[in-house]
Amino acid sequence: MAALEQPSDVLQQFSRGDLDAFEALFREHQGEVYRWILRMVRDPAAAEDLTVETFWRIHRAHARFDPGRSFEAWARRIACNAALDHLRSAPKETELPDDLPQPLQPDPGISQEVRRKTAHAFGRLPPKLRIAATLALIEERPHKEIAEALGISTGAVKLRVFRALRLLRKNLRQQGMEP
Amino acid sequence: MTTHDEEHFKRLLKQSLPPISTQPRADPDRDLWPAMLRRLEQGSVGVPWFDWALLAAVVVWLALFPSAIPVLLYHL
Repeated sequence: MAALEQPSDVLQQFSRGDLDAFEALFREHQGEVYRWILRMVRDPAAAEDLTVETFWRIHRAHARFDPGRSFEAWARRIACNAALDHLRSAPKETELPDDLPQPLQPDPGISQEVRRKTAHAFGRLPPKLRIAATLALIEERPHKEIAEALGISTGAVKLRVFRALRLLRKNLRQQGMEP
Repeated sequence: MTTHDEEHFKRLLKQSLPPISTQPRADPDRDLWPAMLRRLEQGSVGVPWFDWALLAAVVVWLALFPSAIPVLLYHL
């Protein structure tokens, strides 16, 4: 097989179905795809499985890939769809671990109980809203990047975040908490 | 929902669900390529439900309208 030296060569060969080119892209991007998925599903084991699922979908769709476009953006979009499918098939109210990860700078004004109730209420949001709110508010990714990954407009991202916060407020009130 | 509300919720959420970028472990535990190879060897897992639904609809349609069978065969 020809040496895979130039990134554009790798993309060209991948789009023609070359397995070595696919492996090169997998090894180069698996970490980034994994972290992107982990941001959405927040479960390392599920993120590993979904990374493999994402690259499976990427491999299956190789003929539709345009080597002139960004592989990263295309992979992020496919990863979003895989994560959405996963969250839709998961139980609506995801069980939360007893020991929630600690923030780097804990706010003394927010108790463990409030954190638990907030995480629980957030876990009850519909997956589409949860992903938009996670990426925009928690991970603070640019709206443009989120829009490209979800295949929607930036206006639609803002609308999803707005609806997510409105539902979150409602869920928190149902738990007896006034946000 | 005001900007102030959004900032309040952002702070609450980041305290409850810390960003992944701030977590110490944000890389896969293992090399995922062997799992990828296994997935490639397996091929597609099962047939999507939509395909089964489509097949069922065609069978029902042919049962109700047997005269459509030659038309279907012609188009296959």
